[in-house]
Amino acid sequence: MSEIVLKGIPAAPGIAHGPSFILDKGEFIVPKRSISSSEIDSEIARFEEAINNSRREIHILKTKISQDMGQAHAQIFDAHLLVLQDTTLLAQVSSGIRDTKSSAEYVFFTVIKKFVEAFAKMPDEYLRERASDVSDISKRVLKHLMDESKLHDLESLQDELIIVAHDLSPSDAVSMYNKKIKGFLTDIGGRTSHTAIIAKSLGVPAVVGLKDATLRINNQDYVIIDGQKGLVIINPTVETKELYLKEQTKITASLEKLDDLKNLPAQTEDGKTVSLLANLELSSEIPAVRKFGAEGIGLYRTEFLYMNRLDLPSEEEQYQAYSQVARAVAPFAVTIRTLDLGGDKFISSVQIPKDMAPFLGCRAIRFCLERPDIFKTQMRAILRASVHGRIQMMYPMISGLGELRQANAILEQVRVALRDEKIPYDQKMKVGIMIEVPAAVMTAEALARETDFFSIGTNDLIQYTLAVDRVNEKTAHLYEPAHPGVLKMIQKTIDAGHNEGIHVALCGEMASDPLLAFLLLGMGIDEFSMSAASILTVKRMIRAVKLQDAQRTAYEAMQLDTGQEVEEFVGAQLRKYLPS
Amino acid sequence: MGKIEKDLVVINKKGLHARPAAIFVGLVEKFGVAVTLTKGSEAVNGKSIMGILMLGAVEGTVLKVCVEGDEAPAAMLEFEKFFNKQEEELVP
Repeated sequence: MSEIVLKGIPAAPGIAHGPSFILDKGEFIVPKRSISSSEIDSEIARFEEAINNSRREIHILKTKISQDMGQAHAQIFDAHLLVLQDTTLLAQVSSGIRDTKSSAEYVFFTVIKKFVEAFAKMPDEYLRERASDVSDISKRVLKHLMDESKLHDLESLQDELIIVAHDLSPSDAVSMYNKKIKGFLTDIGGRTSHTAIIAKSLGVPAVVGLKDATLRINNQDYVIIDGQKGLVIINPTVETKELYLKEQTKITASLEKLDDLKNLPAQTEDGKTVSLLANLELSSEIPAVRKFGAEGIGLYRTEFLYMNRLDLPSEEEQYQAYSQVARAVAPFAVTIRTLDLGGDKFISSVQIPKDMAPFLGCRAIRFCLERPDIFKTQMRAILRASVHGRIQMMYPMISGLGELRQANAILEQVRVALRDEKIPYDQKMKVGIMIEVPAAVMTAEALARETDFFSIGTNDLIQYTLAVDRVNEKTAHLYEPAHPGVLKMIQKTIDAGHNEGIHVALCGEMASDPLLAFLLLGMGIDEFSMSAASILTVKRMIRAVKLQDAQRTAYEAMQLDTGQEVEEFVGAQLRKYLPS
Repeated sequence: MGKIEKDLVVINKKGLHARPAAIFVGLVEKFGVAVTLTKGSEAVNGKSIMGILMLGAVEGTVLKVCVEGDEAPAAMLEFEKFFNKQEEELVP
């Protein structure tokens, strides 16, 4: 096998190497589990029982369908039943359990997979579709053999793997918080895709926008990820491996050096202190937040509480989750963003109609204003939790004053209700808004007068300003954070906020790039929130520069005409102060 | 014990897919005979729906049908009827 190099977009730094795992959407993940000789008979019995239970279910379904829709529609279930009594299939599974001493679900899964693959290759379209019939049946059986919640759960993977996927959805993220994952490779996505966010918060490298990585890489291929250069090396030669091992040692050493900065303030040489905070998806990330010395949470993405489940999280459950984070982060503050669904984030418990242009559709605050029941439950939970630490709340995707007033009116109702019920909450809890929509930037003065703080969400602001879909790989190259149009949006927001005397924070991937962070510092951002793993690198930059140099650089950069010129100029300035 | 062999052609437009295959397996079981279906070099058990589906028998495929057992002649008659019908005409 010869070495193959693929080039993509670097999304999270670092180097990783190991076997790959192709994550197929919708496919069940069935881990290999060995059994002892004495367990063989009971394992076969367990398999037979699962088959019987599945047959029983299909019988019930068949009766119901034939009553409701007529016998013709129920006929397909005869085929399903026959599959489950197919002697060839059953014999293969039983002997497989015996011969390989593996669990029933694993053997069944492997046998079925062979059939499904054979069907999928058939030249006749109609027969090819039988593959889906068979996987349907196999899912039914697997549900009887395994804990259902584990069926899509990456936790059950045993080896340390490099995940290869077409794309990772935000809901995949929950199962990704797993130390066993060494890195991520995806076909689509850009620097701010969720894959990048997940990888950075796990501190593992990622390369995205590889176009056809899922086709070029086979399961269990040995791969190296170079997260700096955005390279993937499949089946590397011994020389390449050695080269990267050396590189990895160097990176580890420089990370250890960064660790010395952990307890030092993020203060410029001329005495300006900046707050560096972490973005948070799940409370399980809190140890990482502490490890990198974050001064609080600047963006707590609450969507993840709602994902990968069939019901909505209750007020009590949310209250517990928010309180836990608030206590863990104290004395620092945590800024909770209210539910930001839609766009590319969906949940099972609520049907959100698929919009033609989901990022322009009924998402985030728009969705919450349509569903005050869901919104109020979350607000109650946040307010109740606010007595357990320093909590701030912010609304995502505000596009104008009307929405802000509507949201605040609902908040007031919730406050009144809590007062009536004599439930304590922090009456001075700050409520801010995210600035992500160009219209919000253009009306920022008015917004600033009615809110406690701004937090610029650059990922979306860039997308909306440049009219570039950040999930679409074909437009990924147009996604330019340093585009003068974007910088002017950010500057206008900062100035409007400061004129009205409110804080302007920035959360988004832009904050984690030292070059851009240098520029933003000069533009006047008060607070940066980023993936925890990037904090120390940014702190190193801040401690090496003077605010007045950053301000001068920003001023001059704002006079330039293209994003490329800006990056080159700022990069050259920064290199004077920060030897790499 | 008799053994009969015949070449039969799949005329069903959608081929021998799940539903007709299920009906065929039902017939095999009804007669209690042993059936082997052969397409080229591939031979499968007539009681195995997965086996039959794996043949990928589309419209026009010639299958060698080999029936063994006491009821073999009667069974073969039914099989011929089965193969000569479109799916909609089949009653399970």
